Amino acid sequence: MKVGFMKPHRRRKLYFLVFLLLSSGGAIALTLMALAENINLFYSPAEIVSGVAPVNKRIRAGGMVLDGSIFRSESDLEVRFIVTDLQGSEFTIFFEGILPDLFREGQGIVARGTLNEKGDFLAEEVLAKHDENYMPPEVLDVINQSHGD
Amino acid sequence: MIIELGHFSLILALGLSLGLTMVPAWGVQTGNITLMQCGDSIAKGLFFFLLLAFLSLCYAFVVDDFSVNYVASNSNSALPPQYKISAVWGAHEGSFLLWTLVLGGWTLAVTLCSRDLSVDMRARVLSILGFLAFGFTLFSLLTSNPFERSLPVFPVEGNDLNPLLQDFGLIVHPPMLYIGYVGFAVPFALAIATLWSGRLDMAWARWSRPWTNVAWAFLTVGITLGSWWAYYELGWGGWWFWDAVENASFMPWLVGTALIHSLASTEKRAVFKTWTVLLAISAFSLSLLGGFLVRSGVLTSVHAFAQDPQRGMYILVFLIVVVGGSLALYAVRAQGIKSNTTYSWSSREAMILVNNLLLVVATAVVLLGTLYPLAYEAISGGKKLSVGPPYFNAVFVPVMVVLFIFMAISQRSRWKDTKIDLLLKRQAWYVIGSMGLTTVLMLSLATFKSYVLLTTTIAFWILANLLENIFQRVNRKRWNWNYLLTQPLSYYGMLLGHLGMVVMMIGISCTVYYSVERDLRMAPGDEIELAGYQFKFVETRKINGPNFTSDQAEIIVTRDGKEVLSLFPEKRFYSARGSIMTEADIDPGLFRDLYVALGEPLAQSAWGVRIQIKPFVRWIWIGGLLSALGGMVAIGDKRYRKSRRNDFANFLKI
Repeated sequence: MKVGFMKPHRRRKLYFLVFLLLSSGGAIALTLMALAENINLFYSPAEIVSGVAPVNKRIRAGGMVLDGSIFRSESDLEVRFIVTDLQGSEFTIFFEGILPDLFREGQGIVARGTLNEKGDFLAEEVLAKHDENYMPPEVLDVINQSHGD
Repeated sequence: MIIELGHFSLILALGLSLGLTMVPAWGVQTGNITLMQCGDSIAKGLFFFLLLAFLSLCYAFVVDDFSVNYVASNSNSALPPQYKISAVWGAHEGSFLLWTLVLGGWTLAVTLCSRDLSVDMRARVLSILGFLAFGFTLFSLLTSNPFERSLPVFPVEGNDLNPLLQDFGLIVHPPMLYIGYVGFAVPFALAIATLWSGRLDMAWARWSRPWTNVAWAFLTVGITLGSWWAYYELGWGGWWFWDAVENASFMPWLVGTALIHSLASTEKRAVFKTWTVLLAISAFSLSLLGGFLVRSGVLTSVHAFAQDPQRGMYILVFLIVVVGGSLALYAVRAQGIKSNTTYSWSSREAMILVNNLLLVVATAVVLLGTLYPLAYEAISGGKKLSVGPPYFNAVFVPVMVVLFIFMAISQRSRWKDTKIDLLLKRQAWYVIGSMGLTTVLMLSLATFKSYVLLTTTIAFWILANLLENIFQRVNRKRWNWNYLLTQPLSYYGMLLGHLGMVVMMIGISCTVYYSVERDLRMAPGDEIELAGYQFKFVETRKINGPNFTSDQAEIIVTRDGKEVLSLFPEKRFYSARGSIMTEADIDPGLFRDLYVALGEPLAQSAWGVRIQIKPFVRWIWIGGLLSALGGMVAIGDKRYRKSRRNDFANFLKI
């Protein structure tokens, strides 16, 4: 192709600009796609119970671990426990693996995983924070909101 | 009494930092040399009083003065002495005092190591550093005063240091990190001083290089130590989590790396002048942003500094003033500065441009992932989300792969222009050779993984180019190996810096793709085989530490029937805070780590046990340290001192 009306160095500059635009546009699009695929929205116990939270999609959920609700398997690392917002909304989390050190009854936790049709939460990861005085902001919101109602 | 002395010192430091901001600057505006020279003594006084304040706080920790709130909440009389000292920077207030002290130290270093810098430039640099010190000290005094007392009623016993921080890694990690973080203040101050003076010449780049290198090297060590600490202390066996606070330290590192390269081209070839200034501003701005993210509690992170909106607000305003002011000055002054230097697209300048572009893109990727949850929360009115590690891996890693390919190609590039033949000569053979070597190694030692093939091939390819670089230098002198001794230190710094990245790349890809990880339930007598090792859970027993009690398990590791060693992971209970801590036991090795950590106690005296075999994981940190060493070696280069003297001579002539 001949771009006769342009001086050679201008033309080079144009090609360079086009290349830059295409590549940066592509890179931005790919980045945003990757971002959109990997964001995990947080849902409170009330949202899980009322069915607002999507099923079979990776989300995060959390609240306080209900006293006396932790049941462990006799043979492997399976564990289930109930998470509550202290205002009557609660759901069960299933997890297989090692729980963090600060996981205990009455502790605020956040879990990442999927919700199944039965309303059970299958966690891939359970987080409790590294400072016993520290409450995950999500959980703090949950508690505060339900007290406000 | 000592505490009041410390408090008073901090107030004096505030006054001195204000003086340091005003006096030399006033001297510059009025052309008064005496006022300009005042900066030196004020800076020394500032450092002295910051040090005094810091030592007073250390003293309070050593003598268990629990009337000081900060000591009471972060120490305990049973705490071992070395941790009483590191507890000084174990939480927000003290660590910020350390941060401010480090800035004072850098300011002092500028007065001591800049005799060759012209009087007015030194005055400008000190004035800018003084302003930063003012901002930090004021923040300390207003929102996070470590010297606050609770009198007359105070606790008889302290709350103890967070057990996670009672560890060697946490004694050294924060100081290293802060020296690095805050060190970028010097290139920043230099860049601003240059814009302020309007003399955007190459001298500032030459002057900035050693400072940038030192800051970068410390930041590298700090991040590396942090990764190592997380690996053995958090009990998960991970070495990088894409946690917001890790990212906060990683972004200045990425931009700092770009800055090191860009400074080289600005100094040697007078190109990218304004771009380099912008990078210097960005590196420090990202350090400040990191400080904001860590200390405002706006992000969910494993680093739990207490949340306090007031602090966040203060840092945010300071951040806006510093970044906004710098960028405004940049916008006014950087206009119309053009470089007349030309270079071809295959020159070293072009390669460095690619390096800079890729590093800036990588930084943008990390920044987007780190700030997106904040932006989303603000827009959606409080709904929270998190960006998972898969995002960072999916976007960041490819950028790095491209960067490393360019690292291989660019080793041969020359300033101004490189002949394409020269650039590509033998490269195909190197690639094929590296690929062959990787395949042979992979098939003989492990299994074939295409990602490892890609990354390790690139690593060997870079290595081939680094070696070739050395051989060619010797070859040019008819294989006189002594010639290598005459090479400047910056050359060796460059080789080491890149070698470190090669080592790290091999470490990362092997750890990611060849680690064997298993979480399982084990009762006494249970055995499991993993990757050729047998792990036998013998028993657990109770042991007592100075400020904790512990369940210690014994796990015997055998291989081919021969006993390798016993590992003793612990679950500790720190009574002062009532907190539980996993203490993993690791058998470290150059080629593999055996990692065992305890989960929770289960029924029938069984325990949850985490067993991991992590090949080459040490290479990640060895690589980081090698790179940091490279940065340090490079500043020993005689050239910097010599040429600075020349600048001064030139300045006097004018």
